[in-house]
Amino acid sequence: MRPLSVIAAACALALGLAPVSQAGAADVKHVAVTQIVEHPALDAAREGVREALAEAGWKVGENLTWTFESAQGSVGTAAQIAKKFVGLQPDVIVAIATPSAQTAVASANGIPVIFSAVTDPVGARLVRSLENPGVPVTGSSDMLPLPLHLAMIRRALPQSKTVGVLYNAGEANSVALVETLKTVAPAQGFTIVESTAPRSSDVLGAARNLVGKVDAIYVPTDNTVISALEAVVKVGIDNKLPVFAGDTASVARGAVAATGFDYHDLGLQTGRMVARVLAGADPRTMPVETIQKTDLYVNPAMAERMGLTLPPDMIADAAKIIE
Amino acid sequence: MSLIAFLGAVESGLIFGLVALGVFLSFRILDFPDLTVDGSFPLGGAVSATLIVSGWDPFLATAIAIVAGAMAGAVTALLNVKLRILHLLASILTMIALYSVNLRIMGRPNVALLMEPTVFSLVEAPGMPSRSWMIPAVLLVVIVLALIAFNLFMASRAGLAMRATGANARMAGAQGVSTAGAIVLGMAMSNGLVALAGALFAQSQGGADVTMGVGVIVVGLASVIGGEAVMPTRTVLLASIACVIGAIMYRLAVALALNADSIGLQAQDLNLITAVLVAVAMVLPGSRASLRRNFRRVLGLGDGNGGGGARP
Repeated sequence: MRPLSVIAAACALALGLAPVSQAGAADVKHVAVTQIVEHPALDAAREGVREALAEAGWKVGENLTWTFESAQGSVGTAAQIAKKFVGLQPDVIVAIATPSAQTAVASANGIPVIFSAVTDPVGARLVRSLENPGVPVTGSSDMLPLPLHLAMIRRALPQSKTVGVLYNAGEANSVALVETLKTVAPAQGFTIVESTAPRSSDVLGAARNLVGKVDAIYVPTDNTVISALEAVVKVGIDNKLPVFAGDTASVARGAVAATGFDYHDLGLQTGRMVARVLAGADPRTMPVETIQKTDLYVNPAMAERMGLTLPPDMIADAAKIIE
Repeated sequence: MSLIAFLGAVESGLIFGLVALGVFLSFRILDFPDLTVDGSFPLGGAVSATLIVSGWDPFLATAIAIVAGAMAGAVTALLNVKLRILHLLASILTMIALYSVNLRIMGRPNVALLMEPTVFSLVEAPGMPSRSWMIPAVLLVVIVLALIAFNLFMASRAGLAMRATGANARMAGAQGVSTAGAIVLGMAMSNGLVALAGALFAQSQGGADVTMGVGVIVVGLASVIGGEAVMPTRTVLLASIACVIGAIMYRLAVALALNADSIGLQAQDLNLITAVLVAVAMVLPGSRASLRRNFRRVLGLGDGNGGGGARP
């Protein structure tokens, strides 16, 4: 039986090794999407890409072939998906999240790779610089729009000079965020004071540590601090120290205001970049984009409890007012 | 399936062939169910990637990655033989500890190797044939060398002592074999092979990621069992070749699942295919008895040696 099974396997492979059929009409473009894992944020980004392409006139089933593969969280599978795509020779490979983007770029062989939801494209070696990729790789990053966050604090507290940032130094993303925050703060006239909490039980102490040293507390998207956000809010109310957040979900939990973004909008931005490449733009010279469309959430009642009256025009600009 | 996808599957299969060889050594030769692999694979990637971006020579970085993997395997073995912790639990402890170790080594969750020198740089230089052909060719040389070294060792005194330890530890001990030493050496070799695979994977796929170890042990086991199902395994030489063939078969099955939209298979069916493959192999003659013994051991149903203790 054994030789038979080998022959059967060989036959199956031979069948699978059929040559790739070229796209029929010349005006049909092929976009292949690789995604490391399926979860709500990344799926929303992918849907955004598809919608933006449809807005630009590329419709699946008419003039667009859309191939999608998810690696189910396995980097090994992501590498094989990248190889499959290079074999298919699509016009553009769209890679969602860092590991998928790295495996795609490692195999791409000159096919343009447009990434989405990659926080640090330079650190991940996808591009040489954000302004000028230098390789046929570009896309949109989901780095928090920190200058916008600081501008929001400036708008709510025009006289403020120092901002305290609470985070866990053990979270790689938070460390990167705080590094960036310290580089962009001086341009807006802010000094950053750090306070770290290795465990959620340390958050209360770390927040109290900032009292008297800062004009406002800023909570980035740090899992440890977010999980104990109520402790920070309590310190803010007790000491009339306004707390601002990096994600809109925290406003309902007691932050004064937050400027957040939605992965669907990030995907729309990525999709518009893909459409430009399909129309003949050179990805080598297309700068990496960060999120452009953000939503402001405000909590005026909580602001009052933290000793702050939000400007009426700021409340008017808010996408959502938490009562 | 395109030629590039096929060659990509062979490339991955050859890398995971090293994993399968390591898993064969722990599970089959030593009869030691070892899950350290899920940690030592990314350990190899983390060590080699971190050293390369710090400016070390890629070959030296890969060698140090092998040593790091061997140390991880030795830790599992020592937890078992010195502290008397159940082998399966010892390997799980090392595996979860390695997650933190890998993060600490890399300093962040992902270290990229795109645009960095790697052990494959020589064959990726301009003027060389296509990368799709050259990297599998290099990996084929690596795996053949690994197989030769593996089989030469298994025929040596130390290798025979290791095989005796796995076959019947009490008997081997009675013959003067240091069973503890054999287990530590075997586990170090096994995880050194796996870390080498992790280092080569990181260098050929653009970087090391802390999540790249997820499910590696399953792939290794499926490769060993799949290889046994289609190849004769009468000798250690045949069995060791079989697990490399099994790894290539597994990766071709993945490629087929990714490319077989016509027969309705999709990438998410992969785990189901793996389960069916292992289940089919279990009912095939030849692998049934040894599998049952291993599963009984893993589930803690008896000592797996048939319980034939010496009675006066």
